[in-house]
Amino acid sequence: MAELKYDKKTGRLLFTKQMKREGYTILMPNMAPIHFRILRSVFQSFGYNCELLETTGPEIAQTGLKYVHNDTCYPALLVIGQFIHALQSGAYDVRKTALMITQTGGGCRASNYIFLLRKALKKAGLEFVPVISLSFGMEKNSGFSLTIPLIRRFVGGLVYGDQLMLLSNQIKPYEVNKGETMALVERWSDRVSSMLIEGRGYTLEEVDENLHKLTKDFSKIEVNRTPKVKVGVVGEIYVKYSKMANNGLEEFLAEQDCEVCLPGLMGFASFKVDNRIEDYKMFGGNRIKYEFCKRLLDYVTKLETLMIEAAERFNFVPPHCYAHTKELVKGVIGYGSKMGEGWLLTAEMLELAENGYENIVCTQPFGCLPNHINGKGAIRKIKEVMPNANIVTIDYDPGAPKVNQENRIKLMLAVGREELKKRTEDKSTENT
Amino acid sequence: MKLGLDIGSTTVKCVVLDDDNKLIYSTYERHFSQITEKIAELLNRVRGEIKGVEQAQVALSGSAGMGVAQDCGIDFVQEVYATRVAANTFIPGTDVVIELGGEDAKILFLTNGLEVRMNGTCAGGTGAFIDQMATLLNVPLEELDDLAKQYEKTYTIASRCGVFAKTDIQPLLNQGARKSDIAESIFNAVVGQTVAGLAQGREIEGQVVYLGGPLTFMSELRACFDRTLGVKGICPENSLYYVACGAALCAENTIDFDEVTEKVKHYRGSGNFAFNRPLFESREDYEAFCARHAKADVTQKELEGYTGRAYIGMDAGSTTVKGVVLNDSGELLYSKYMPSTGNPVEIIKAFLEEVYAKNPSLNVVSSAVTGYGEDIIKNAFNADYGIVETIAHFTAAKYFMPDVEFIIDIGGQDIKCFKIHNGAIDNIFLNEACSSGCGSFLQTFANALGYEIDEFSKLGLFAERPVDLGSRCTVFMNSSVKQAQKDGATIEDISAGLSLSVVKNALYKVIRASSPDELGKRIVVQGGTFLNDAVLRAFEMEMGTQVVRPNIAGLMGAYGAALYARKKSHGEGKSKLADADELKSFVHEIKVTNCGLCSNNCRLTINSFGGGRRFIAGNRCERPVTKKAPSSDLNMYAYKLKLLEDYKPVEGLRGKLGIPMGLNMFELYPFWYRFFTELKFEVFKSPFSSRKLYQRGQQTIPSDTVCFPAKLMHGHVQTLIDDGAETIFYPCLSYNFDEHLGDNHYNCPVVAYYPEVIKNNMKDIRKVNFIKEYFGIHRPKDFPKKAYERLSFYFPDLTLNEVRVAAKKAYEEYELYRDKVQAKGDEIIAAAAKQGKRIFVLAGRPYHIDPEINHGIDKLISGFGVAIVSEDVVSSRVSPFRTHVLNQWTYHSRLYAAAKYVTMRKDMELVQLVSFGCGVDAITTDEVREILESKNKIYTQIKIDEITNLGAVKIRIRSLLAAIEND
Repeated sequence: MAELKYDKKTGRLLFTKQMKREGYTILMPNMAPIHFRILRSVFQSFGYNCELLETTGPEIAQTGLKYVHNDTCYPALLVIGQFIHALQSGAYDVRKTALMITQTGGGCRASNYIFLLRKALKKAGLEFVPVISLSFGMEKNSGFSLTIPLIRRFVGGLVYGDQLMLLSNQIKPYEVNKGETMALVERWSDRVSSMLIEGRGYTLEEVDENLHKLTKDFSKIEVNRTPKVKVGVVGEIYVKYSKMANNGLEEFLAEQDCEVCLPGLMGFASFKVDNRIEDYKMFGGNRIKYEFCKRLLDYVTKLETLMIEAAERFNFVPPHCYAHTKELVKGVIGYGSKMGEGWLLTAEMLELAENGYENIVCTQPFGCLPNHINGKGAIRKIKEVMPNANIVTIDYDPGAPKVNQENRIKLMLAVGREELKKRTEDKSTENT
Repeated sequence: MKLGLDIGSTTVKCVVLDDDNKLIYSTYERHFSQITEKIAELLNRVRGEIKGVEQAQVALSGSAGMGVAQDCGIDFVQEVYATRVAANTFIPGTDVVIELGGEDAKILFLTNGLEVRMNGTCAGGTGAFIDQMATLLNVPLEELDDLAKQYEKTYTIASRCGVFAKTDIQPLLNQGARKSDIAESIFNAVVGQTVAGLAQGREIEGQVVYLGGPLTFMSELRACFDRTLGVKGICPENSLYYVACGAALCAENTIDFDEVTEKVKHYRGSGNFAFNRPLFESREDYEAFCARHAKADVTQKELEGYTGRAYIGMDAGSTTVKGVVLNDSGELLYSKYMPSTGNPVEIIKAFLEEVYAKNPSLNVVSSAVTGYGEDIIKNAFNADYGIVETIAHFTAAKYFMPDVEFIIDIGGQDIKCFKIHNGAIDNIFLNEACSSGCGSFLQTFANALGYEIDEFSKLGLFAERPVDLGSRCTVFMNSSVKQAQKDGATIEDISAGLSLSVVKNALYKVIRASSPDELGKRIVVQGGTFLNDAVLRAFEMEMGTQVVRPNIAGLMGAYGAALYARKKSHGEGKSKLADADELKSFVHEIKVTNCGLCSNNCRLTINSFGGGRRFIAGNRCERPVTKKAPSSDLNMYAYKLKLLEDYKPVEGLRGKLGIPMGLNMFELYPFWYRFFTELKFEVFKSPFSSRKLYQRGQQTIPSDTVCFPAKLMHGHVQTLIDDGAETIFYPCLSYNFDEHLGDNHYNCPVVAYYPEVIKNNMKDIRKVNFIKEYFGIHRPKDFPKKAYERLSFYFPDLTLNEVRVAAKKAYEEYELYRDKVQAKGDEIIAAAAKQGKRIFVLAGRPYHIDPEINHGIDKLISGFGVAIVSEDVVSSRVSPFRTHVLNQWTYHSRLYAAAKYVTMRKDMELVQLVSFGCGVDAITTDEVREILESKNKIYTQIKIDEITNLGAVKIRIRSLLAAIEND
């Protein structure tokens, strides 16, 4: 068994090369199912024995409540609860398991998740389980490093994940043969996963080619386009994507006969890189870092363009490009508002409304600090700029009952349906 | 013909409309959570009474009807949407609808851009809230309205949720405030809640329509809305049935009555709900359990004919009043457990009269009183001692278990837990206002479901599948219970589930324990709620350990007080307590007035008891009692306020520039004042916060869960606008100054970006030049150039050179200000050390010095003869160290450093002020606690909000002082 080594300065337990060699199981929370499945393959291709936690159920929140301060945001409660629950379940050899969690380093509470996780592990008597920070240089571990090749494959994985999510959302509600869309998602997830594992499929050329084929495949699914209420979902990133956190929001909306649009992860990635650029412009700072981030953003933008082009080629509604999304929020929220989802959250609502998804669910953990500013705090202004926007904000926490949340969403949908009816009627009168 | 059903949280409404949309049938009934039965019954009834109703189109609405509708094949209409349809049909031209239901509050803006607002999951119920308050006042609901009409004055009652309001009202009752004034104040709170929580910056004007039960039945409530909104709203005919009518109007499909009533009748939820192990597997288990607990017993003796020395203990609690009489050996001569109907004075008087009637020649040697009503009772009846509740309970628990390690007391409204270390109270956990659903919580549910509390809790003992309801406040629990019912949980399962929830609330929210080992093995449980076997069992199960519950669990406060009186008197002398004769001539008069001795202008309740004895309540400091101003010499909070007042506006040619005095400005004002004064602006600040100022901006707050200090900003900015500022400067600051105490130097997201919220939500902001640009004060070298870039957009005549000079002066001024604070801090510490006074580090954020935010807690503490410094004074006295959290916010780094410093001094304690809703403090509080406890210091946290119950704060502070004195 690998020796436990600690960082000299901070006393933090390290994930060592030996641990990697010994094939430690690295547990990851499953935030966005399509994406994370592909990303897992990326890590596997670099020799990390990653496993996605698929567990659900009320015990997870209960475990979280037991080990984390109850006023901490819901995503932290869930993620930490899920980790500890898994470690205590007996399914893993806890002496040969590590945990991986993202750390963005922003001014929001989320940067502290990793510390709260370590505190919780200690409380649970599991302090010998190493925790890996998935971040740009916030914590270093000899057994794990974000090398350039890994980052490139990782970003490639994000692109495929985003495109698959986008396409399936636009096709699934209309598919003639039930289940066809998700089967295709499955097939393509497998295909890109195995490519990435083999070290292929992540250069710009390969991405372009794959996106083309992939999008084409989706365009072939037989559909019946009946008018449906189009709903966009934005919010705190974990609650927005995670079924466990948002009480199966996407499924609920599908049951209500809606078409759903979730802005992808690439926008968030661009936003996080762009923050460093904006910081430099606003306050001054290190020129070299600034240049590096600009290059990185350029690269991400190139990939984004490929996605948009592929979607357009086959008549899907493409996502806006990052630069346009950013332009939309001008005069609504300043680019300096960068903590959490920052101004991007506001911008995404504007983008959705512009793109025909004017019915919007804005999800947030109860008491989410940045969302006071960029979510609830910005809605009044959004409605001024985009009067058609029909927004409902929903708070999520371990005690918020699903029935209340659904009731509020139904209200938003009732207004959305009325609009849709008006519009289809207008259209039919025009036609006659 | 159309039929509409409205299944609300507490009632069912059913209407039938004819083809001209005229109401031809309506009924309104409580459903006591028997929703499906009620629907079946109503459908059958309407079928009998209305001919041809079988052909009617049918739809169902209401929050509690969603699942039923889906499963029984009736179309569902969202209830707000239904209201809107009904209003548009019946009262065309309606601009705004305000509807209060059992648990929901809604505002619908129908004209100029449709908007619908419902209360958030946090903002508690409204109808249910009024119900609860009526129960608390012990008046029938109808009477509440009549009472309110006779009001003379109003009190400020928190308009967040029922639990909060309760903590405000209880002390008012205990202090003897008039019921009529409280009734009106309750209505005002409801109005405030609705307007502040839902209007979110949109003006309520034009034709206003009031709907729903509370607004239909209570004319004074409507009057309150009218007064606040400055409108004359109407409450239309059939105002109770709008949702049902709306559903009917939306109905498109007919139903097969037989099939649906059959389906409804057999409707069972999915049966899927999380549940726990049964409390007891068998009767035998239960009997063994009862036998075990019967051992912790106090001997009962007769009061009549007793001739020895007697000691009286009284506990005037929040929902109950307890009294005991003991003999020399601690045996119980007499005891009484009485529900508090509002005025504890009358109850204690009756108790004493009873005691004297039973034994006219009783030799009372000593007496003591504890609990919320301690002060008033002590004054009214001349009790010999008053002791803080925590000490009373500890004294009593020791009697049953001399080596007790942990005491947990769950009363009607409070949870009190203490950890005992080396025979002294080492750590105190009190429930914060938010999670105070305890005994009265069970009571409320029992009543809502149509049971008495005893009967209700017994139901749970043998439940097969106790529902897992988590640990949440009453409001959330209401909905969880409903959900569980829908999912097929029985009343037994719910009863057991609620008992478990009480326990989980105490363990995981109040104590924050993760395992039984943390509490120790020797545990005494007490408080009225533990007399409930289901709760006791749930506690033992959750803890996995056996505990002691004295048979007088509900009387422990009073019992402890009596033991304390016995100890203090050493069995000698005669008690000063009012005797039978004095009781005969006892009078109690109440006068309400405003203090007026300082800017707080506290609302005082003056109780006179004859013989010149009086008791003043509602005061934050001792000034109205002693007529002397509290000394601010050793109070850093007072000094900081004074310092800020010293920055006076200087006329400047660039015009008036206003700065809102809130959040980080409490510390950055010197910086920006100097900066803009040097740039020839006349810089002025908004006045220090007040209730009035808050209300000026209240309507524009978009997020009701943001912290109170942020909410106050709206009032400050509005005041600046009204006071004629041409320019308002309120910058966004992602980063604060780097004080090199942590890993980074962020501001929290709210402090950093609140100017964005002001800009996007305050209509009047367009009247002024509002500057909310992003500045980087953390980079002094880059600051002038960047600031110049930003500002020259607004003031093209500025020059870079001017800005450079001004920036230099600004940084100097900030340093100077910090130096002054530091020097004064050092002076206070030195002076206190010399005088042998204790020093409290009242640790929070810079804005916690705002009296409207801290509610005068600093003065309250200095009233105990304690010196007060702020966290920033001592944080500079330690060198950086590693924390177990990411130490990335400037203000929060100070907390950790201050805690560390406090552990190095014997004469210092740390009290942390935490604003409700502060997400960052969910992280800091645990870390500060850890730092303090690692060196055996007691951690005390005080949660503050819009309204804070100073009574609870006092208990904390007194307990802390008592604990350190015992050390």
